[in-house]
Amino acid sequence: MATVTPDASSEHELKVITDATCTFCGCVCDDIDLTVDGDHIIKAKRACVLGKAWFLNHTADDRPSCLIQGQAASVEAGIERAAELLVSARYPLIYGLSDTTSESQRTAVGIADWVGANIDTTSSVCHGPTGMALQGVGEVTASLGEVRNRGDMIIFWGANPAESHPRHFTRYSLTPKGMFLPNGRKDRTCVVVDVRKTKSANAADIFIPVKPRSDFEALWALRALANDVELDANQVLHDTGIELSVWQDLMTRMKAAKFGAIFFGMGLTMTRGKHANAEALLALARDMNKHTRFICKPNRGHGNVTGADNVMAWRTGYPFGVNLMRGYPRFNPGEYTASDILARQEADAAMIIAADPMANFSQPARDHLKSIPYIAFDPKETPTTRAAEVAFTVATYGINVPGTVYRMDDVPISLRPALECHHPSDLEILKGIEKQVQKLNMKNAIAQSKNESLRPARDEFGSSE
Amino acid sequence: MIETYILIPGRTSKQGVGISEGKFGETYQSEITCLQVASEDMISRGLTDGDWVRLESEFGQIEVAVKTARQDELPSGLLFIPYGDLSSRLMGGETHGTGMPTSKGFDVTMQPIATPS
Ligand code: SF4
Repeated sequence: MATVTPDASSEHELKVITDATCTFCGCVCDDIDLTVDGDHIIKAKRACVLGKAWFLNHTADDRPSCLIQGQAASVEAGIERAAELLVSARYPLIYGLSDTTSESQRTAVGIADWVGANIDTTSSVCHGPTGMALQGVGEVTASLGEVRNRGDMIIFWGANPAESHPRHFTRYSLTPKGMFLPNGRKDRTCVVVDVRKTKSANAADIFIPVKPRSDFEALWALRALANDVELDANQVLHDTGIELSVWQDLMTRMKAAKFGAIFFGMGLTMTRGKHANAEALLALARDMNKHTRFICKPNRGHGNVTGADNVMAWRTGYPFGVNLMRGYPRFNPGEYTASDILARQEADAAMIIAADPMANFSQPARDHLKSIPYIAFDPKETPTTRAAEVAFTVATYGINVPGTVYRMDDVPISLRPALECHHPSDLEILKGIEKQVQKLNMKNAIAQSKNESLRPARDEFGSSE
Repeated sequence: MIETYILIPGRTSKQGVGISEGKFGETYQSEITCLQVASEDMISRGLTDGDWVRLESEFGQIEVAVKTARQDELPSGLLFIPYGDLSSRLMGGETHGTGMPTSKGFDVTMQPIATPS
């Protein structure tokens, strides 16, 4: 529960917000105590290095809340221009959404529905392949709390939480003392499988340096061992770069565990094999349940990317890459995913919410985005906001804006903002755009019906000639 | 001499800190423009920290400064760069029906250059 208490140790009054939520990464730590001095956060107790940078560097950007073609404009004018762009486009694309609240995500999907847009989230370029794999083989899952209390065999595959999710080890997976693990780290075995010896590998009991681009082969070797299939030792060494005996030893330990958890990262989903790699790992977790309890979770990056998948799924039936142009949702990764739509030069307008495709999409996708009018939302200036037709500077979720985000284990968590902000939230602007889009749609429908009433009557078979 | 390597773009905590400080700030920019190279490869290519190289993939090319990777972190033949604008310039637009371009583990050539162009 968040409380606001004055800090007695200070000369002037400081505000302390307890149990604030950090939304920098998918760990979504909701135990941070923030000390606020005026409009600055000066302490973020329990936050990791990334969380500290997130809170302590926070300032409300001094750019105007709205820029149209680089010129300061009122937010209302920006909303009108944005709605016009979306309604008049033949192939509008809405993209981003993983660094904002689920309330904003819900509204963005609503807009996509009203304008018949293609909507995609940054999931498609992080764990989108995992989303595809989940549909193929399902997921044996658990909350991070369960892992904390029971997980005695923790495997990280193609993930480096020591750098990307620094409190993963200490809060959820490795060092905490759990209900059934009274000695904490000593009661757990940690294995890291990766192509390079990352900082996370240094924290592991066992590091397996798998050959680059051979995760698929390694995972299938483990699946074979889980199912007592005999393997050719030379073939395994050739395919994975690791001796069969190492995989056999790992499998023996996995079978002997009481509760195993495999966390995986983009080492699997961004590399050759992509969804097939994720599918192999999810299937391995399923296989392991013949022997003991095993679960498997993707380590999600952005603070509410898990929310983006959830909201998209409960609003459209699909987790990302959804096309609403025919008035009903269609899902097809590769066809309706943002990177492809832009690289194939299909979209003629876009709305980018809390993402930076101008910095991290492929060059052909960036070149096309630059050539079409688009709307961008971000609390900070980015390469994407710089090239936008309409750029909104918005308040920051979690620091200025309340709402809901989903932790990487699909647990929804409330935000407890610490500071006011003179910029509007993206939710306020998105709601304004949604209203304006509805107005324009109504106007267009009336104009269309007037045009139709002027046409000669058609008989019921459509032939008036 | 041009040799082929496998490039792994990935997250680092310094890059994450840089995002919060601002993408046009020194921390972020210096991190995403620095290529980590295994010490054997630094020696065999005659490179020292701070030298410049041109990386070229099937889809693009970039110029970056190099630094020696932490001990044992990279096996010879593997390069690492913090994920960002430059690493993404080396990716192609094709996603093979997944929505995800191949963003890690692709082939690049590395050629030492005197100064960035
Ligand atoms: S682990 Fe992630 S959510 Fe937790 S404090 Fe660090 S950056 Fe924030």
